[in-house]
Amino acid sequence: MPQATDLAISTRGLTRSFGPVKAVAGIDLDVPKGMIFAVLGPNGAGKTTLLRMLATLLPPDGGTAMVMGHDLRADPDAVRGVIAMTGQFASLDEDLTGRENLVMLSRLWGFSGRAARDRATDLLSAFDLSDAGNRQVNTYSGGMRRRLDIAASLIVTPGVLFLDEPTTGLDPTARQSVWRLIRQLAASGVTILLTTQYLEEADQLAARIAVIDKGRKIAEGTSRELKAQTGSGVLHVTPSDPGQLEAAEAVLASAGPVQRSAEGATLSVPVQDAASAHDLLVRLIASGVEVADFSMGQPSLEEVFFALTGAPPEEDPA
Amino acid sequence: MTETLLKRVERPAKPSALSNAMVFGWRAVLKFKHVPEQLFDLVMTPIMFTLLFTFVFGGALAGTPGSYLQFFLPGILVQTVVFNAVYSGMGLSTDFSKGLFDRFRSLPIWSLAPFAGLMVGDLMRHLIAGGIILGIGLLLGYRPEAGVLGVVLAFAMLLAMGFGFGWVFLVLGMMVRTPTTVMTLGFTILFPVTFASNIMVDPATMPDWLRGFVEVNPVSLMTTALRGLMDGTATAGMLTVALIAPVLLTVLLAPVTLMLYRRK
Repeated sequence: MPQATDLAISTRGLTRSFGPVKAVAGIDLDVPKGMIFAVLGPNGAGKTTLLRMLATLLPPDGGTAMVMGHDLRADPDAVRGVIAMTGQFASLDEDLTGRENLVMLSRLWGFSGRAARDRATDLLSAFDLSDAGNRQVNTYSGGMRRRLDIAASLIVTPGVLFLDEPTTGLDPTARQSVWRLIRQLAASGVTILLTTQYLEEADQLAARIAVIDKGRKIAEGTSRELKAQTGSGVLHVTPSDPGQLEAAEAVLASAGPVQRSAEGATLSVPVQDAASAHDLLVRLIASGVEVADFSMGQPSLEEVFFALTGAPPEEDPA
Repeated sequence: MTETLLKRVERPAKPSALSNAMVFGWRAVLKFKHVPEQLFDLVMTPIMFTLLFTFVFGGALAGTPGSYLQFFLPGILVQTVVFNAVYSGMGLSTDFSKGLFDRFRSLPIWSLAPFAGLMVGDLMRHLIAGGIILGIGLLLGYRPEAGVLGVVLAFAMLLAMGFGFGWVFLVLGMMVRTPTTVMTLGFTILFPVTFASNIMVDPATMPDWLRGFVEVNPVSLMTTALRGLMDGTATAGMLTVALIAPVLLTVLLAPVTLMLYRRK
């Protein structure tokens, strides 16, 4: 058990309701300093509500939380001094230029005119935005906006950086560049709590992952520990003859719960590794099933949920 | 890229509340630079009103367009300032819908600073729009009989009115989710309040029930005070009753604004 002083974030029984909806229904989290910690869950699981509470934007209904040694409920202003948050929607002034946004925030933190301008220049060059610095933010691409938004969270190096779905809506190149950035930040000692809907993202970045659903934590561990429960990958198999689906399903079911694709032609089953996928394919062919196509991939969020709860996640508009 | 990113930057000494507010004021100035169109929105309606009322109705209402302009101009200044307040409510609603205020609220700054900054921007807008309308009035032949001092005092009064009415729309801006709804609601409130006043016509010809309302309508009281200041006929009583509404709105709505902001 880590000592309290080694924890960047520690919550016990944190709750928050909106009317009758329990968005966060009692969450305990311990995030050690310097770690990248991912909160994984579908839309409406309560990820954003949890983050907004920890970032002092939303008061909790119940429970306790300490952020970098400050009590969230008793002293939110002290918490604000050691955190930064990059929300799902760019929290920038779109009418101003990238540079003006950074200068404005630097001055709000207390840098004088000259120091604020220098800070903006440094951040623009660090985030590869020097050329775009004097353009209005409403002309930026999604990836540039996201980089500027993260830069805006680093005016003063935060103890904890909250990132709410940092790569949602980005193209693969922009996603890679945000991932690189997050790793570099963590290497410099910033604790990062991020939310994501992608297992791959949590797997790539985070040392620990908490899976949440309907406001509750349903699993927590390292990526390896979670994969021990959910399988490290998924084998997708398409029989040539749809008439053989039943027979194929019977063979695959020995490895775990089998899911049919929406069109019904492809079967997916969690597998531990490539060797067990190979074994399954051999047995499938030996049983007389003709395989038209197969592939192996990372389990999707749906598949993780299927493995953890035996049911697909419920879409909740809240 | 790595080196700059890895450099730890410590928090400088905590800035004063005033310094925070000034930053938001600076933001308002930058908006003028980047979105000059917003001034067009602010002055086009009052310019149209001035021209139409003076030349279409003016002769019929006051004998000649010139003498009507003399009556109408202080009133249209009041209307301009009160209408302008709607735009700042829309701006606030836009900021909230885009998550910008989440950034501000997660910073360790004076929590009223963003509003103080909005107010600074508003007051500048009132001054610019009021200046343009007055300029056009002067071109058309309006003459403030109290001279420069009268105009300066009248503008000070205008700013006080704009400040007071501003709170109504800040509250609306926070309660209503979309900027266009803020505008619709705002004008639904403002059209009756500005038309059922003494801005356009002397209420003497109105039916009794309406005149009763028009005479106590804060917009009428403010218009009377502004006419008095520009003509040099203002009395202390006139100015006092004109200031009741702005002062009351500030005292009542500033705490509401703060409460909504904290709860958001």
